[in-house]
Amino acid sequence: MEKFTKLTAIVAPMDRANVDTDAIIPKQFLKSIQRTGFGVNLFDEWRYEDVGEPGKDNSVRPLRKDFVLNQPRYQGAKILLARENFGCGSSREHAPWALKDYGFDVIIAPSFADIFFNNSFKNGILPIVLDADLVSSLFNEVFANPGYQLTVDLASHQMIKPSGETLDFEVDAFRRHCLLNGLDDIGLTLQHQSDIETFEATHKAKNPWLFATE
Amino acid sequence: MSAKTLYDKLWDSHVVRQEDDGTALIYIDRQLLHEVTSPQAFEGLRLANRKPWRIDANLATPDHNVPTTAYHSVEDIVDPISRIQVKTLDANAKEFGITEFGIGDIRQGIVHVVGPEEGITLPGTTLVCGDSHTATHGALGALAHGVGTSEVEHVLATQCLIQKKMKNMLVKVNGQLQPGVGPKDVVLAIIGKIGTAGGNGHAIEFGGQVFQDMSIEGRMTVCNMAIEAGARVGLVAVDQKTIDYVEGRPFAPKGNQWQAAVEAWQDLKSDEDAHFDKVVELEGSAIEPQVSWGTSPEMVVSVNDCVPDPAQEADAVKADGIRRALSYMGLKAGMLISDIPVDYIFIGSCTNSRIEDLRQAAEVLKGQKVASSVEQALIVPGSGLVKQQAEAEGLDKIFVEAGFEWRNPGCSMCLAMNADRLPSGKHCASTSNRNFEGRQGAGGRTHLVSPQMAAAAAVAGHFIDVRQLISTNQ
Repeated sequence: MEKFTKLTAIVAPMDRANVDTDAIIPKQFLKSIQRTGFGVNLFDEWRYEDVGEPGKDNSVRPLRKDFVLNQPRYQGAKILLARENFGCGSSREHAPWALKDYGFDVIIAPSFADIFFNNSFKNGILPIVLDADLVSSLFNEVFANPGYQLTVDLASHQMIKPSGETLDFEVDAFRRHCLLNGLDDIGLTLQHQSDIETFEATHKAKNPWLFATE
Repeated sequence: MSAKTLYDKLWDSHVVRQEDDGTALIYIDRQLLHEVTSPQAFEGLRLANRKPWRIDANLATPDHNVPTTAYHSVEDIVDPISRIQVKTLDANAKEFGITEFGIGDIRQGIVHVVGPEEGITLPGTTLVCGDSHTATHGALGALAHGVGTSEVEHVLATQCLIQKKMKNMLVKVNGQLQPGVGPKDVVLAIIGKIGTAGGNGHAIEFGGQVFQDMSIEGRMTVCNMAIEAGARVGLVAVDQKTIDYVEGRPFAPKGNQWQAAVEAWQDLKSDEDAHFDKVVELEGSAIEPQVSWGTSPEMVVSVNDCVPDPAQEADAVKADGIRRALSYMGLKAGMLISDIPVDYIFIGSCTNSRIEDLRQAAEVLKGQKVASSVEQALIVPGSGLVKQQAEAEGLDKIFVEAGFEWRNPGCSMCLAMNADRLPSGKHCASTSNRNFEGRQGAGGRTHLVSPQMAAAAAVAGHFIDVRQLISTNQ
């Protein structure tokens, strides 16, 4: 997995609550058997005037001018500012794949849906939960200041505003460790192979019906 | 020892190891695989030269991309990208030696219908699938939840998941339901009350008289939509109905092992004085047939209510959400729900495609005709075996005579990854689980309802309290 340490980037505001995974990446794009290439279809229905389909040349599709990510001031954004319950809906990991592929490395919101939150960490995206009032004031600052950037420092779990003001955020210690070092979960778990085997033997003795007879 | 909830018990019996910060390694008994969220996981295994930890813990079946019109083999899938995805599942199952109910197998169907139907889902187990509606299996007292593709790969490779324990939430529905009011109405009413984020971070146990009286199929409908309330896990305590449901199913324990299993499952309920971090109570008799009007499952009211008015909402973000939803849905604030015309009917999905759901729809449709204003009415059974059972009971004839199309099993128009799509601007009375923008087709307008209410809307051409229709029938 890609490491995440520190980033300074433009912030794009996604000013609506309950942004669901169908909106983040519509289902017709889930037919791909790859992990990459979803960024051009991120927020497809909100971003383009026409209906997107796999294989369509996205560079010639008409854009919805008023959609936030189509506005010139937010080009190059790597931080997405969002509202409550971001990423609700399905378990599709295509949602963080699309966000990452588009260029987002950090998402800030008052709350996230559980599965999306979990999936983000597995793909080098840092989801930051911040108090709703602080998120609202960030929205105001972003709207008021074109080119607004934040610095996100995972090691010190701090965000630094253009004014120099800092905001602390909390991240689960294990997740933070994995992100900072770009660690692969499977490799970590397999370090405990003997624990798994021991558990499995006891579990099988208690619940033999869960195991196929060889 | 302190009192435990059902979730606590399921969790405790699967902890392989736990770190000081609460991060735990949890053993997973079962994994269900489908074509959409597994290809990248198998590819990951191949790239790292890893093998599945335990082949017998996995079962694969294609569902999302499968056509519901007549077909004979995977080659009949018209969309080449869908076809490749289904073929990729076939190839991966074969390469890694995983059992698959492929296209053409009578047992093929929606993963969340197939698992319980085959006895793969068992009480007391942990079960995952790369699909958020995996919460369904909690109806049988299994700790079941959706995972992303990285975790699908993690479970394949290690038989474990890295997790932190969730909090406990109890949703209690007391008393009895009114006739014509079913499990779907109950769960929609719960989501309407607690909101789509109401269960975030929690495992929800559904308790109270209503769930004790409810069939296993009904409990599956309720647990299925726990995720629509933000909870990854939905649970119902194991009782005699659970045992009776599981007994005799193909993958269920047999003989002496059956006796031992039943014995082991007796304790799969929350202790009387167990602590829940959050408790919500509803009165069953107060629940009316529900219809969603907006673009989030929490945007739901009784069929006898009106579409809400954003001007009456104090919270600015919420009011804005209502305005956006009304605009997308083409509805006016204050209009009667029963004045919303329906163009399409979809009865199916992992929420409502089991035999009991089809029986309930058939009861309403018997001797009735779909209104002429309805452009298409689909019934999509959840599995080949559900289809076979329905046909044995003659339900297919009732549907076809009423004007419905009787289709082959799959996810179908719930999320429109196959050819079944809701056209832009059309209103659909749907027994599925999500009314998000574009979910059933770009620009489509979904209204979530129970199978009875979808059938009633089909007959009336607009939403109608199914109890009125039943009373007119008699």
